[in-house]
Amino acid sequence: MRRFWSTFFVGGLIAYRGLFNWIRPAMYVPTMLGSPLFQLIFFTKLGQYAHAEARDFYIVGNSVQVCAMSSVYGMTMAVANERWFGTLGPLLASPANRAAVFLGRGVPVLANGLLVSTFTFLVGVLLLGFRPGLDAVPALALVVLVTVTSCTAFGMLLGSIGLRAKDFFFAANLAYFLMLLFCGVNIPLSVLPGWMNAVGRCLPLTHGIEAARDVAAGASLGDVAGLVGTELGVAAAYAAAGFALFRVLERESRRSAVLDAY
Amino acid sequence: MRTVGLVWSGFRMNLKMLGTSSFFLLTSVVQPVIFATVAFYMFRSGGRSGTLLYASLGAGMMGVWSTTLFGSGGMIQWQRWQGTLELGAAAPPPLTLVYLPFSLANAFTGMYAMAATLVWGWVVFGVPLHLVHPWQFVLALAATVLALGLMGLVLASTFILYRYANALSNLLEYPVWIASGLVFSTSLLPAWTRPISWLLPPYWGILAIRHAALGGEVWGPLGLVVALGAGSLLLSTVTFRFFEKAARARATLSLT
Repeated sequence: MRRFWSTFFVGGLIAYRGLFNWIRPAMYVPTMLGSPLFQLIFFTKLGQYAHAEARDFYIVGNSVQVCAMSSVYGMTMAVANERWFGTLGPLLASPANRAAVFLGRGVPVLANGLLVSTFTFLVGVLLLGFRPGLDAVPALALVVLVTVTSCTAFGMLLGSIGLRAKDFFFAANLAYFLMLLFCGVNIPLSVLPGWMNAVGRCLPLTHGIEAARDVAAGASLGDVAGLVGTELGVAAAYAAAGFALFRVLERESRRSAVLDAY
Repeated sequence: MRTVGLVWSGFRMNLKMLGTSSFFLLTSVVQPVIFATVAFYMFRSGGRSGTLLYASLGAGMMGVWSTTLFGSGGMIQWQRWQGTLELGAAAPPPLTLVYLPFSLANAFTGMYAMAATLVWGWVVFGVPLHLVHPWQFVLALAATVLALGLMGLVLASTFILYRYANALSNLLEYPVWIASGLVFSTSLLPAWTRPISWLLPPYWGILAIRHAALGGEVWGPLGLVVALGAGSLLLSTVTFRFFEKAARARATLSLT
């Protein structure tokens, strides 16, 4: 059991340091902090111009969604870069517990996602006048934690695809942009056509963002328990699907001898 | 004549390379269509359906800028990774001339974005494609794309010294969309940002394109786009020479 947790935490951290391309400050600050900051300003101003929703709608939506910068890209890199850097073979030849290897990579990604979302909320407070009320902050923090977890689980699934797919960054980029459209980040789900609404409800972020908006508007944690529970269910489903796909692709890659092949 | 040949062959080669890149397909077609859709729904839910062509044009220009930006940032970085940057620097023509066709091809690829968002808006959202001054629209679009390509050349030159050019590309995408007022008016921004907007070719470019499509004075903004494009070309010759010399002196040209 001790070995499991050691692989889970220490292995996850080392993998993150070695495989997350944007970890250096010269990359991290412009990409993980600068880009979300301007994304927030862009959509808030666009919403203001379109007379669509109130300012806080965009601040909460985008501040939560930017965690995908870490969750989607970070998790994709943390799994798929093993192949890119030629370390996948040695990793899979080791006797390490696969669940610890795979799920442990999500912990630093999750922490980073929380940092990015917190930073963007702070930008909303400092530059755009977002004032959720101090008593709403703990509930908001919990909702954001659950949402980042589900987004990280979604990243695990994408990362697993990267074990075999040739251009995994295409999938990561596409997923990030589609989340802006389907997850109610800048458009209320009620405005979207039925099929888009249904797709959005199967994705991470959607229920979390809805819960975060309610909490910021004064709802208690109990009021949004259903939404938070659904988001947790989405997280569990994606984590399970990601791990299952990881094992299937590992086995298939060994069988067809394409582990490190492009 | 030799210069024209160099620009033409470089332009064609880069256009072919970009045509096989899924990343550029994403930046120049998929991403603008997604942003256009987001903007359409936002304008619709705000009851501003009459402005859908406005959103279409803005989203298209966003794609032109993204393609130019990532192309310019990537141009130096990819050559560095492939080990061909030194060959370009050692070639007899000035470095500006070596990279000018690459930058123009990047911006030209960005035009797919405009086509994609206009067609998408027309087919899916029923946005009418009635242009008030069609010929001026074509002229304004061509001049804007050219000016953006030249602006990309200035950016590319600065990336010679900076090892993390792709990080700057990631950072600069939204600020230029914001400061250029591509999908919303810059009057929503603080007054101190105005001079920044005036210095950006896409600011005047989108004004010229919008006026040509929706009605309004085209020649003034178009003249400024051309002037800023020419200024960018001049500036890039200076910056390329300066940064190339600095990279040679520090022996950092090929450092990744």
